[in-house]
Amino acid sequence: MVVFDRPKSLVDVPLHYCPGCTHGIIHRLVAEVVDELGIEGKTIGIAPVGCSVMAYNYFTFDMVEAAHGRAPAVATGIKRSDPENVVFTYQGDGDLASIGMAETVHAATRNENITVIFVNNAIYGMTGGQMAPTSLPGQITQTSPYGRDVKQCGFPIRICELLSTLDGPEYLERVTVNNVKNVRNAKKAIKKAFQNQLDNKGFSLVEVVSTCPTNWGLTPDKAMKWLEDNMLPYYPLGVYKDRSAKKEEEA
Amino acid sequence: MAEKVLMKGNEAIAEAAILAGCRHYFGYPITPQTEIAAYMAKRMPKIGGTFLQAESEVAAINMVYGVAATGKRVMTSSSSPGISLKSEGLSYLAGCDLPAFVVNVERGGPGLGGIQPSQSDYFQATRGGGHGDYHMIVLAPASVQEMASLTIKGFDLADKYRITSMILADGTMGQMMEPVELSEVKTPDYDKSWAVTGTKMQREHNIINSLTLVPDELEKQNFARYEKYKIIEENEPMCEKFMTEDADIIVAAFGIAARVAKNAIVEARKQDIKVGMIRPITLWPFPKKDFFEAAKTAKHFISVELSMGQLIEDVELAIRCTRPVTLCNRVGGMIPSPAEVLDAIKKANEGGDK
Amino acid sequence: MSTTQILIAGFGGQGVLFAGKFLANKGLIEDRQVSWLPSYGPEMRGGTANCNVILSDEPIGSPIIDKPDCLVAMNLPSLRKYEYDVVPGGVIILDSTLIDETVDRDDVTVYYVPATKMARDGGFGSLANMILMGKLIAVYEDMGIKNAEQSLKKVIPPRKAELFDVNLKAVEAGYNFE
Repeated sequence: MVVFDRPKSLVDVPLHYCPGCTHGIIHRLVAEVVDELGIEGKTIGIAPVGCSVMAYNYFTFDMVEAAHGRAPAVATGIKRSDPENVVFTYQGDGDLASIGMAETVHAATRNENITVIFVNNAIYGMTGGQMAPTSLPGQITQTSPYGRDVKQCGFPIRICELLSTLDGPEYLERVTVNNVKNVRNAKKAIKKAFQNQLDNKGFSLVEVVSTCPTNWGLTPDKAMKWLEDNMLPYYPLGVYKDRSAKKEEEA
Repeated sequence: MAEKVLMKGNEAIAEAAILAGCRHYFGYPITPQTEIAAYMAKRMPKIGGTFLQAESEVAAINMVYGVAATGKRVMTSSSSPGISLKSEGLSYLAGCDLPAFVVNVERGGPGLGGIQPSQSDYFQATRGGGHGDYHMIVLAPASVQEMASLTIKGFDLADKYRITSMILADGTMGQMMEPVELSEVKTPDYDKSWAVTGTKMQREHNIINSLTLVPDELEKQNFARYEKYKIIEENEPMCEKFMTEDADIIVAAFGIAARVAKNAIVEARKQDIKVGMIRPITLWPFPKKDFFEAAKTAKHFISVELSMGQLIEDVELAIRCTRPVTLCNRVGGMIPSPAEVLDAIKKANEGGDK
Repeated sequence: MSTTQILIAGFGGQGVLFAGKFLANKGLIEDRQVSWLPSYGPEMRGGTANCNVILSDEPIGSPIIDKPDCLVAMNLPSLRKYEYDVVPGGVIILDSTLIDETVDRDDVTVYYVPATKMARDGGFGSLANMILMGKLIAVYEDMGIKNAEQSLKKVIPPRKAELFDVNLKAVEAGYNFE
């Protein structure tokens, strides 16, 4: 009996990601959710610019590659064109929280009926480890070689908290994938973010706190430990907004 | 026949786009083209279309990119500074060979410039505008009727060649009213099997993408795209010829400049000067052959333009510099008067200003 | 075969553009070639506004008017700015309520119409612009009062239909002004 197999929505090719990178896990979770919801034939994914730029090669459904940061705008166009289809973006921290901040905030405030998977590993991966909008204070990167100096370049941006101040978005949750329990939680959140779209509830974003062993200069296990010791205190896990749940509660 | 109505150029574009089947408009306010957005904001909700005021020009063009990827007709409009912002998206649209329709109602530049008419985005439009090797089909209306007819044509060419069509107009064309006749448009069926519409589990997945990391593959794509451009250059150049048969002097001008030049030519003819005009309607593909042929008999060319000498380069290239070409121009929102153009014609007639 | 190039100028808010639309639509109804070109700018109210209207029996070249056959001046700055652009033998129509100076030229025909006062006295509110248009179509024989009604119907949006009668009356008052 097969107990663990490749999800149907995932193409059978080796991923290009570095050893210990969590993109692979998150790709798989997205594919599992698409399979379980039975929406492969009407899903359209949008790949960002960043390490997951070639995500379009890994999913069996239709994919579009967007310019850096523009995925929420592209998703807006696709969703408005075919509201029956399921549209999601898959974006990193540089893409979503720096160059694409305007697109992110405005898609959220419009409550655009799309799903956003936000992979936050506090660094620019593809270009070789530069400081990201989510790099931690003091974090050493190629462009903050003496550590992120908050006096000079400000503080990290907490996306879920920031977007939660808006009336627009339906659902915002921060998860991580550092252990089995958290992977399960992450999948639950991703599933909810897709289900919300099917239910026409609107903008749903799941932030996945992730690792980048290569550019953090750590082994995969040490990177996971660094995530737990440094990232999670700064980026607390949890639900930051769930409008429908809140309404039910109030009712 | 439909009734003639008075319309602003900007409104004619908007209504023609709707007639052409465009149901998705994304834009951002900027003078002097905002009437297009205002018109769409009124009409789109009533016909089940999308009007969305985007957070920026950059977002607007990427929304266009999204709809274009689904194979539906879509447009945005802006004016010069906004088109600069959209250049990113224009390059990606070209890299993915997506059909789209874009309007630039030009104003004076560079920088924030002014809001009065200009043609100084000629290079930006005809050379692509964004990064990389690519072209857009660039259409230059010279009347409100053409604002409408070239919009319809623009959508068709975009679908036919999977390319971006751009209307390059100016503030006067956008703001002026003239009688327009708009009738039902019959849109041919175009192959859209490449579009991302969901696989419905009935086909391989489609990917819309402009990233190709293997150099020889990227080279092949560029070569293939330029083969397509060759066909466009062969089939699609358009121009209007005005009194050129016996002309010793040929004026080159498009848009509002051509309208002004026409007055000057009529006046010059009264003074027995043999002058005519070639008005490019497509700025890319440029009507090279028409200019080349004209240079066999004409002795002198004058480029009348609202820029510092941009159109003139294409004229010189088209006639391979076999004849003198003089520049008659105003910029910054100024428009040459018929008298100024007449002066240039007279000088050319006397053999001056080579 | 004739062409009339008309420049209407005044302050923003005086209905300069609307007046031009009235003329242009009337021309269209009469199957003439027409063009209407507004000045446009950041001043929505109170700034200067002008509009170029060409009515012709031949195709119109440039829609931009350098040398108007007719200037309609609705304030003093507009008169002073454009009066010497008018072609010799041309026409100047001005609102003499708002402009208490005379035209210096003697090679043009000038009509002093107390349009603002007439509008006030006649109960036409702020329709000095349409009174001046009435005078204009009286001056040019090939225009006349015919089709004024149909043109107004086209330029007054349905949601402002109640303004139709007063506009027509203002045009007629101008037309009959001696």
